[in-house]
Amino acid sequence: MTPLRVSIAASIASILLILIVFELIRSRRLRERYALLWLATGVALLVLSAWRGGLNTIAGWVGVSTYPPAVLFAVATVFILAVLLHYSTVISRLSDQSTILAQRVALLEQQALSGSPVAPRDGGAGLRPVPTESATQSES
Amino acid sequence: MSEPPLSAPRRIAIVPARNEEGAIGLVVAEIRAFDPGLDVLVIDDGSVDRTAARAAEAGATVVRLPFNLGIGGAVQTGFMYALAHGYELAVRLDGDGQHDPSELPKLIEPVLRGDADIVVGSRFAAPPFDGDTDSYRPPLARRAGIRFFAGIVSLLVRQRVTDTTSGFQALNGKGIRLFADDYPHDYPEVEATVMVVKHRLRLLEVPVLMREREHGSSSITALRSAYYVLKVTLALLVGVFRRKAVPARD
Repeated sequence: MTPLRVSIAASIASILLILIVFELIRSRRLRERYALLWLATGVALLVLSAWRGGLNTIAGWVGVSTYPPAVLFAVATVFILAVLLHYSTVISRLSDQSTILAQRVALLEQQALSGSPVAPRDGGAGLRPVPTESATQSES
Repeated sequence: MSEPPLSAPRRIAIVPARNEEGAIGLVVAEIRAFDPGLDVLVIDDGSVDRTAARAAEAGATVVRLPFNLGIGGAVQTGFMYALAHGYELAVRLDGDGQHDPSELPKLIEPVLRGDADIVVGSRFAAPPFDGDTDSYRPPLARRAGIRFFAGIVSLLVRQRVTDTTSGFQALNGKGIRLFADDYPHDYPEVEATVMVVKHRLRLLEVPVLMREREHGSSSITALRSAYYVLKVTLALLVGVFRRKAVPARD
């Protein structure tokens, strides 16, 4: 059985994580889009910390008989891996986008300085300045 | 086709479009036929087809985003353009043709009369919603989602709101300024509704008919629905705990 103190300490830690993430969103330092995985982590850990019977049951399933709280570590690790992997994809997208932005800015600058227009990619609509606000948004 | 709404203010139609080469030309042409004094601005949100070229051929000014920003970033680009060019009235229509320009007077007139700062066209505001012929009727799951958010938003803004996902809107200068300054990111309409009221702008809903999409598919697919609901619910929840927004500059 999980020691009561472990359950209490882990619950407090999980609640802290949820509150910190919430405050970061509230103060606009973290977008909802990137907070969802963190909140899922916090909620999963809170449930497993507080619901001691459940933790024991899951420990039984995966063959952890000596020390059920080890399952907490395992679950936390899985979630942290998921967050990291997600962020790796986000960073890749951002780096692609900043390449495109730099190229567009450089072409516009050349065009503005020389007065000779660069032909737009598809010969259709005009090339215009790029708003950099919300450049991280993508439907991916 | 009703008569052009007044000779009055400088006005612009903001049309976000992504991969709508099949529909965008007609959308732009319809808007221009409805009111030749309405400048049409198409925000091409990272299309990989000929959306930008089709829109330009039909007579729109086109802003091409270098990559896909999502609807929030695209629409806000339009509001930034409108603000920078001194437009006093903006309407927003989707680039897929589901918003009928002949419905625009219903949206524009309350703004011109000074009854509201932002007017939203609602599919559900009109009482006889069943059995009608033309009106667009979303699938059951979407209707449930729309109802869910309409209920929450109505509570938050203390005003009856029936369609929080409508992108069919008209705004005056105050609305343009607010949205150019601050606009929610992906799936923006629900949060924007709350934001408008928090900034003490007057919001009005009017019943409109919407058409079925003619081309392409909705940006909200099955997989994204879960993200949509979670993200918007979280944003609304967090919004409750944000400090009262400052009134918009005036």
